[in-house]
Amino acid sequence: MTATLGKDLVGLEHLTPEQIRLILDTAEPFKEVSERPIKKVPALRGKTIVNLFFEASTRTRISFEFAEKRLSADTVNVAATGSSVSKGETLVDTAKNLEAMRIDMVVIRHPSSGAAEFLGQRIRSNVVNAGDGKHEHPTQALLDLLTIRDKHGRIEGLKVCLVGDVLHSRVARSNIWGLTKLGAQVGVCGPYTLMPRGIEELGVKFFPRIEDAIEWADVLNVLRLQLERMEKGFIPSLREYYRVWGVTPERLERSPRPVTIMHPGPMNRGVEIDSRVADGPHSVILDQVTNGVAVRMAVLYLLAGGRPELADAAKRGAE
Amino acid sequence: MTGALLLQGGRVIDPSRGLDQVADLLVVDGKITAVGAGIAAPAGSEVRNVAGKIVAPGLVDVHVHMREPGNEDEETVASGARAAVAGGFTAVCAMPNTDPVTDNQAAVGFIVRQSVRAGLARVYPIGAVSVGQRGEKLAEFGEMVGAGAVAVSDDGRPVASSHLMRTALEYARTFGIPVADHCEDPTLAAGGVMHEGLVASRLGLKGIPAAAEEIMVGRNCLLAGLTGGHVHLCHMSTRGSVELIRRAKAQGIRVTAEVTPHHLTLTDHACEGYDTHAKMNPPLREAADVAALRAALKEGVIDCIASDHAPHAYDEKEAAFDDAPFGIVGLETAFAVAHTELVLGGVLTPPALIGRMSTEPAKIFHLPGGTLAVGAPADVVVLDPAAQWTVEPATFRSKSHNTPFAGRTLTGRVLLTLVAGKTVHDVGAPKTL
Repeated sequence: MTATLGKDLVGLEHLTPEQIRLILDTAEPFKEVSERPIKKVPALRGKTIVNLFFEASTRTRISFEFAEKRLSADTVNVAATGSSVSKGETLVDTAKNLEAMRIDMVVIRHPSSGAAEFLGQRIRSNVVNAGDGKHEHPTQALLDLLTIRDKHGRIEGLKVCLVGDVLHSRVARSNIWGLTKLGAQVGVCGPYTLMPRGIEELGVKFFPRIEDAIEWADVLNVLRLQLERMEKGFIPSLREYYRVWGVTPERLERSPRPVTIMHPGPMNRGVEIDSRVADGPHSVILDQVTNGVAVRMAVLYLLAGGRPELADAAKRGAE
Repeated sequence: MTGALLLQGGRVIDPSRGLDQVADLLVVDGKITAVGAGIAAPAGSEVRNVAGKIVAPGLVDVHVHMREPGNEDEETVASGARAAVAGGFTAVCAMPNTDPVTDNQAAVGFIVRQSVRAGLARVYPIGAVSVGQRGEKLAEFGEMVGAGAVAVSDDGRPVASSHLMRTALEYARTFGIPVADHCEDPTLAAGGVMHEGLVASRLGLKGIPAAAEEIMVGRNCLLAGLTGGHVHLCHMSTRGSVELIRRAKAQGIRVTAEVTPHHLTLTDHACEGYDTHAKMNPPLREAADVAALRAALKEGVIDCIASDHAPHAYDEKEAAFDDAPFGIVGLETAFAVAHTELVLGGVLTPPALIGRMSTEPAKIFHLPGGTLAVGAPADVVVLDPAAQWTVEPATFRSKSHNTPFAGRTLTGRVLLTLVAGKTVHDVGAPKTL
């Protein structure tokens, strides 16, 4: 085996390009599993996985759960509300209790940056980061990469612009690492109030205006604008945000080339993205969702020690 | 005559008198009775050969959190005083952000009594600026000073109201005490957990911009100029603050400032890997800030080093970065960190370091100590500038072990600490006090 992922998947910042390509390549054979009448392979049979969600999530949790079930793992979902977590139990105690139940993997989402790394350092089980605070959301970026590769046949040399609330976005951070490592040019666009300090030092081009970003980009990855950003004073109103930074057909028409449209969801139609764009011919938003299951299957399979060259065989149950 | 002790042949450094020479120092009845060459040991006195060692006035720390009353599991006046003497400190000032807040004469008197009962380092209480540290109503400075307070501060939080700060500076003038402020604009710093910069952007942690400190440094200097009061700026962390202080001092404004050993030696990169032992407020800044702070300390723009010793229980720091409390312990590493990084690093001479850790802090807070003058109380420390040791938090006298310096090998060790002539820490003794 040439490249492995190690014990945990905490983020893309510390992965090599080879490791990222390994995940994407391993996801390819798993795509087909979800197209079958019987969507199940025995690759993780007998493994127990806990989905530990300290933050509300629908699509990421369901996507992970499908990935786990289609690999035949046994899964348990723990949501923060109503569990011991909401009764003041610390993250350490939650982790140690799970460990004591002899589980194999934990998929964690947590509102604090660094929570996945913290957990990974303290338990023997594999840890997969399903989003930690404003830090990283590696499987989202991996499914974005896979979707871009499917659409354009390559990632290297493409111009990909992340639009919107980069400051609070773990999706943006993971995308920046993944895209730059695979040779794409990365842009960011949005109000100055929603840009992290020093972002350009990460090798990213900043566009204050959406018109310039659209003219430059091959791909726009439009980030969700949380409504609380307005309440906290980062922007004056959603109406103005749409007028200044909204991705609209009128703006896209002026682009010299067709621009691929992505969104990690859930969308605020009419705020960061116009419905006609989200539902338009260049939108790959639902392909992202489909690829999410395959990418997560690949991550779980590789962390469990699965051999990438056998992924194709594994899906036939011949391992 | 009782308890005579002759320290023979050490490098005696006394910045209060510009003294730096190989000499003997004699302590009799708790006082320094002679400093010079070839002092004869009085009959029955203990004689210690301290050749190659530094004999200096006991170190003084104007910024320590003792956690008593309220969080005695983390530190008490006694355990903090024990940590202090192990670190060479003979006098420390206890911040009032206790529970309940040290904001009245009875509470101040309690700290003094606990200090006397411990009989180790002298612990001087700092009273609160405002009742309950709520930032609304002035606490009773006069009564607190009468009970033993040496300064006032709402440290732990800033004095947010400029009007309250103005009033505090004016009112404190009567009693001749400094108003020590934790300089932070609360609206800019809200929710921040580390320095705002590239590292925070990468880690996805909310930053505290340098401007949050500098705005309040500027405000405090202006208000000290307006009122003629003495403002003391706690734990300075940014190069911008240094420039503001420099300018205020040039204008003759009564401003003094302190800096911690960690802000002189570490940057925001220490937060990598979400190490909660690098989480403190103000946060660790950038290399350019560290360089400016070092230069300012050398020049005297910043007057002294203070540890901001902030004990926390181990399990509180065992948390996600956002959820961990701010602060680290420092009493037992302050001298060695400063000696290793600043003296061996070529920033300060040994006498300059002793000045910044003893004579100057004593002077700006009007405390006894910081001198080896004949007749002064024998608050003395003997330091081995060559001894190397590795920081092992488990061996700390402090009840808390939260330090980013764990595992570091440092050069410079505290061998002997005397408070009023009494041996309160002695590495040579079979068992330390």
